[in-house]
Amino acid sequence: MPLNIDNDVHRFKQIVRGRIRKDLRKHMSSSEIIGKERGRAVSVPLPQIGIPRFRYGENEQGGVGQGDGDKGDAVGGQAQPGQGQAGDQPGEHSLEAEISLEELAEIIGEELALPRIEPRGSKQVTTERDRYTGISRVGPEGLRHVRRTFREALRRQIASGSYVPSDPRIIPIREDKRYRSSKTRSQPQSSAVVIYMMDVSGSMGREQKEIVRLEAFWIDTWLRHNYKNVQSRFIVHDAAAREVDRDTFFRTRESGGTLISSAYRLCWELIERDYPPAEWNIYPFHFSDGDNWSKADTNKCLELLKADLIPAVNQFSYAQVDSDYGSGQFYEDLKGAFSDDERVTLSRVPDRDHIMDSIKELLGKGR
Amino acid sequence: MAHDAYFFRSRRGLPQELVEAQQWIEGIARGHGLQFCETVFEMCDWEEINMLAAYGGFPTRYPHWRWGMDYIQMDKSYEYGLQKIYEMVINTQPAYAYLLDNNTLMDQKLVMAHVYGHVDFFTNNAWFQHTNRKMLDQMANHATRVRRHIDNEGQDTVETFIDMCLSLENLIDPHLPHIRRESGPGVREKEEARRAPGYARMPAKQYMDKYINPPEFLEAQKQRHADRLEQLTRFPEEPVRDVLGFLLRFGRMVPWQHDILSIIRDEAYYFAPQAQTKVMNEGWASYWHTTMMTRDILTDAEVIDYADHHSGTVAMRPGQLNPYKLGIELFRHIEDRWNKGRFGKDWVQCEDIAVKRDWDTGAGLGKEKIFEVRKTHNDVTFIDQFLTEDFIREQGIFTTEYDKSAGHFVVDSREFGEVKQRLLTMLSTRGNPAIAVTDANFANRGELELSHTHEGVDLQVQWAEQALGNVARIWGRAAHLRTTLDSKETVLTHDGSTFTVAHPGAPSKTKT
Repeated sequence: MPLNIDNDVHRFKQIVRGRIRKDLRKHMSSSEIIGKERGRAVSVPLPQIGIPRFRYGENEQGGVGQGDGDKGDAVGGQAQPGQGQAGDQPGEHSLEAEISLEELAEIIGEELALPRIEPRGSKQVTTERDRYTGISRVGPEGLRHVRRTFREALRRQIASGSYVPSDPRIIPIREDKRYRSSKTRSQPQSSAVVIYMMDVSGSMGREQKEIVRLEAFWIDTWLRHNYKNVQSRFIVHDAAAREVDRDTFFRTRESGGTLISSAYRLCWELIERDYPPAEWNIYPFHFSDGDNWSKADTNKCLELLKADLIPAVNQFSYAQVDSDYGSGQFYEDLKGAFSDDERVTLSRVPDRDHIMDSIKELLGKGR
Repeated sequence: MAHDAYFFRSRRGLPQELVEAQQWIEGIARGHGLQFCETVFEMCDWEEINMLAAYGGFPTRYPHWRWGMDYIQMDKSYEYGLQKIYEMVINTQPAYAYLLDNNTLMDQKLVMAHVYGHVDFFTNNAWFQHTNRKMLDQMANHATRVRRHIDNEGQDTVETFIDMCLSLENLIDPHLPHIRRESGPGVREKEEARRAPGYARMPAKQYMDKYINPPEFLEAQKQRHADRLEQLTRFPEEPVRDVLGFLLRFGRMVPWQHDILSIIRDEAYYFAPQAQTKVMNEGWASYWHTTMMTRDILTDAEVIDYADHHSGTVAMRPGQLNPYKLGIELFRHIEDRWNKGRFGKDWVQCEDIAVKRDWDTGAGLGKEKIFEVRKTHNDVTFIDQFLTEDFIREQGIFTTEYDKSAGHFVVDSREFGEVKQRLLTMLSTRGNPAIAVTDANFANRGELELSHTHEGVDLQVQWAEQALGNVARIWGRAAHLRTTLDSKETVLTHDGSTFTVAHPGAPSKTKT
């Protein structure tokens, strides 16, 4: 049975969601939110949810204390101005609202108007599961809901006056009977793999990596919302590419040159080995500052993409993080080669504030 | 029975052992002279008790998100083991008290003894005389009224307005229910004042006249007269602390808004005496639970647990003042003084410290005195009248101040006068700045002027901005607040969309 307060709790959560939505751009470009990831939820710092009152500025007001100490000694803890008012003054503290990744993904989806991803035709395997969540008036006796049936019978007998408290005999008749009923829910059974590739050559600085980290978090959140099973793989490259774990991915810094084709080749090897395209939805994301070593290597990249990668994947995404050193030429090259290919999305991220737009560009096609 | 209407998940009567405990403890409490109305104990699980706490003790309140916020907070801190609500009792007749169902029997007995202390206080203390003892029903009525407005006007509209009213909830006059404000001067007095010449010469021989009636004196008198005339044409003539009441009478609202504001105001006034007597009320209840537990109730096996829990309630965290502790110790101090006859002229005038130390007339008036005190005092008068230098020293009470360079509070003074003054200031404002309506026709534009009596601490401007905006929206025209910021006289102005900070004599800053 629900408590009276459930409605108020629900309303409060709506307000929290509203706040998060309102400041989504800020949250998306802040590291704070992803630092607080705990299992399937994150906590979002929300300043000032509360009722504004005329009140004194904090921390300035002296109070009264009890205990040892001489003049000038530090007092442990915070003295409370106007003591004993706890509970009367909500909003004194900034709030850490906990929100599930699921909800967060919904907010992003609604706010960025991201279409739900349609898993590719041949792979659209959904499982149907029956869940007994409803109640109906007809059904097999095996699914009879005893308590509901009993309650209906009691209600009818009381209403019709045939209930005798001293001899409480409840006899359900046909109209009283209630049965559990099933609802069929189909769940996409499809699995997806996200292959992150990042340029770790000397020109990618800390800020650029942080942007990649943030983008990767939001991409993960959205794809997990769309697929039941999402795996992530990480490839770093400079002149050579290697696969690393998540942690290393965001920390590595090399000083070598840049051969992007090395990463694409490794990516293709991974797909061939572990993720047969007939069974997997595949999402390679490549982050770079767009400064490839040579024209020849760029051509090699384009060939690899055309011949192998792009036919195999749902969508190939390239996000170019602007840096002080990069020429950004690679973006132009890709654009020239694939501007009319639906399966390729390109985005430029000049700074943190554009993360939200970039996510929209990368995921906006719903593939 | 009224309470059958308030459903919990399942209503549970008290188990037999608690029914017996209750009857037993009720008898003990009456034996000690406590007088209280019927007290109904309810068993709750922790979700229910958190809900009740979020609702201020009442099972039915109007729908609002802040209850939900408080509930989530309490729920979390219970889950993490940070806090646990032991007892809750509401000031109604019959009184309702809630027991947490997984407390031990000893805890339940402790809570019952404590609750009877509270109910005795609610029943007898003068400051509770004007509270509505049928508040359970009243709150439920409020909820129904608000729900009806929501049905008619839509949830967002009503909720926004409730938010506005709540933001002004602390602008009430806690003394209002207890006094009849004198009505201002009538028409005749006003007319007489207006016609008066404005100044009067002091009788003086002619050669002394310019000394006895110097021009500055006459000028000052004229000025005073002009001020008085000005005041007579002002509305309101005297500052009105009951800002909510003023808005209710004169604000520009449609009927449903009017109703919401009156609901918020009623509830604010209902809870006001509890804030006014926090120290006394908790002190009194703690005094009685210790007295009854240690003298009458405890079994040998329960002593350790009891001592553990009791010390938790009266514990002082370093540098903080615990109202339970201050209250109980002060009641004991009073009892001790009146038992030993340490009061009256002889005691005050005695200057021999040795005589004073051993002073005991065997007066034995302690019990009588504390019952009298619990009847007539509130926290402010309680501290004002009974706080003594000995008490401050024995209890080690000091004032603190904020050390800006160190970023934390430090011990400031242990001097009696300062400690007492600080305590009184804290208790009389309770963290609520003193703000009153001073002019309802500001600059002859029908705008509302509020004035804040500055007591050494500045208002928090961002919050004041939003609250002042809400005043303006309810008033229907711009609202101004006179206050002091950074030792400068300041006028904050909000016209519903624009906020301005002006220092009279300096250019103003506008923020839209």
